[in-house]
Amino acid sequence: MSVTAKQTGAFSSFFKARRGDSPFKRLLIHLTLIFSSIIAVYPVLRVVSVSLRPGNRLLSTSLAIIPEDATLDNYVTVLLDQNLLLWVWNSLAITVSTAIIGVILASTSAYAFSRWKFPGRTSGLIFLLATQMIPAAMLMVPIFILAVRLNLVGTYRGLVIAYSVSSIPFSIWILKGYYDTIPLDLEEAAMIDGAGRLSAFYRIILPLSTPALAIVFLFSFMTAWNDYLLARVLLANATAIWTWPLGLQSLQGQFQTAWGQFAAGSVLVTIPVLVLFLYSSRWLISGLTLGGVKG
Amino acid sequence: MTFEVITSSLGQVGSTVLFILVGTILLEILIYLIMGKVLKSRYTLPAMLLGPGIVGLAALIVYPLLWELNLSFTNMSLRRFGDKAEYTWLVCQAADPAAINSWLFDCLLKNYADVFRLPVLKQVYFFPVFFRTILWTFINLVFHLLGGLGLAMLLNRPMRGRALYRTLLILPWAIPQVIAVLAWRGEFNFEYGFPNIMLTQIGLEPVKWLTDPTWNFIAMCMVNIWLGIPFMMVILLGGLQSISREYYEAAEIDGAGGWGQFRNITLPLLQPVMTPAIILGTIWTFNNFNVPFFINQFELETSDILVTALFRAAFQYNRYGFSAAFAFVIFIILLLYSIFYIHVTGTLKEVKL
Repeated sequence: MSVTAKQTGAFSSFFKARRGDSPFKRLLIHLTLIFSSIIAVYPVLRVVSVSLRPGNRLLSTSLAIIPEDATLDNYVTVLLDQNLLLWVWNSLAITVSTAIIGVILASTSAYAFSRWKFPGRTSGLIFLLATQMIPAAMLMVPIFILAVRLNLVGTYRGLVIAYSVSSIPFSIWILKGYYDTIPLDLEEAAMIDGAGRLSAFYRIILPLSTPALAIVFLFSFMTAWNDYLLARVLLANATAIWTWPLGLQSLQGQFQTAWGQFAAGSVLVTIPVLVLFLYSSRWLISGLTLGGVKG
Repeated sequence: MTFEVITSSLGQVGSTVLFILVGTILLEILIYLIMGKVLKSRYTLPAMLLGPGIVGLAALIVYPLLWELNLSFTNMSLRRFGDKAEYTWLVCQAADPAAINSWLFDCLLKNYADVFRLPVLKQVYFFPVFFRTILWTFINLVFHLLGGLGLAMLLNRPMRGRALYRTLLILPWAIPQVIAVLAWRGEFNFEYGFPNIMLTQIGLEPVKWLTDPTWNFIAMCMVNIWLGIPFMMVILLGGLQSISREYYEAAEIDGAGGWGQFRNITLPLLQPVMTPAIILGTIWTFNNFNVPFFINQFELETSDILVTALFRAAFQYNRYGFSAAFAFVIFIILLLYSIFYIHVTGTLKEVKL
């Protein structure tokens, strides 16, 4: 470890966080952050830019974000001529129902894991962790073959059933971690007042863990909402119940004409998700670190 | 998008949810009667709370896994996939006796042996794909960690515009992955994608992102690094904010420099946050499907990683028995890695299991 004094100085000024930074250093930090932000944002803005181009100028070597002859044609086309609304509706119907089922199953299971020491508890928790290692493509073959046998290919039913469990292991971990931070005294006090164990859970634990429940709901929702693989395997030929990832992917396949429609569709699908995500990101962060890390 | 479509889909989805709810209630009654009334167990209530979750996980994860295990010992492929599904266990009745060298590897474990001795797709063998997957995971994780930690440390200091920077930097994480990846794929177009336009504007040669194997791999890495840094940044920022300022003040009194403070305070105290993030990050990157699958538009086998090769083996070449064995090989690799990592770093010891 031969670090010269000069290097140590450079390191210390970079790594230290204190109020009296020199103006030059502050400028450097802001420039780094601005540069990183541009890298993060520019590809997203490009999608917006493509969506605003008129059909005959889709392929252009211009780097400007707002084209001079901006038009909303692509939005009109993707909404009216393509089935974007149908795709989004399909996704919404499937996703919301699976997220509700997922949260109910995870919240009760996590409570059992948090408050009881029953045989098989440790191995159960380790099993939940191990499920995260299963490659998504691994379960596709058996699920596909089972779905064929049960006549669930190309139905809403198959996807709802398949998705409802997919996010539970992770959700249980997050919720168990959160429940663990709620003192047991609160339930005991309620039970002294005559409440049963279940009503203590319902009246005290659940309201107190609203932030964690919201995160888990958002997480389950996002898992199903953004899934491409399972939808493709189960719905490949059933265009009437395509979810939006399948639909948008079909637009992206033919590069020339649908490129603008793909971009417009992407913007329309992204905006609500983006708003939801950015709105919830504050407690998303604290919830993830609380539940996932403090155990 | 008509009224009929809405009602019919609502009907289907609603009936499915109803079916699950009714099943749950029946299950609860059953557990209550058996464990509570007959066995009088003190674990009746937790069993009732866990019951539906266990049944769901058993039906949709454990059962398919066991099914897959069984499948990995069979010769099932599209040819044998009919109503009758005439596939059998690989027990060598039909095989040419002369070709059998070892009963264990040519009969019982044929699929598993084939993973290592035959091409997993058309041309590529297992080990090149495996090493590419390790390279892919390593490159991505290093950049995620360095980028995430660097940005988190810059954002962890009091300054103007912090909330705005954070919001902008989170953006790649908030975009639905399929959209982000498909949009990136469009941008790797030779003539009209912005990376090539920028390269030509600064006087460099444009790059064949989609057709050249090496550049295709680099393109995959670029997209995945772009996608993954925000998650690391957010997790590490959460960890940094939980470190008390007093440690740094005490270190400063003792005369520790910035690098010393970083090594002796920041890194150790960040460890409990960083270790699970690294494990999860490795598994997610190793198993990442969307990025390698979509960026590799022309299905170059030289850009596949294990999970995309697995998907192609199963659903493009329809070698179900083989791909089941392939899947277990991947799963076991990840399991061994996690056990090794957890063992070495001693994580999960403090977690109240």
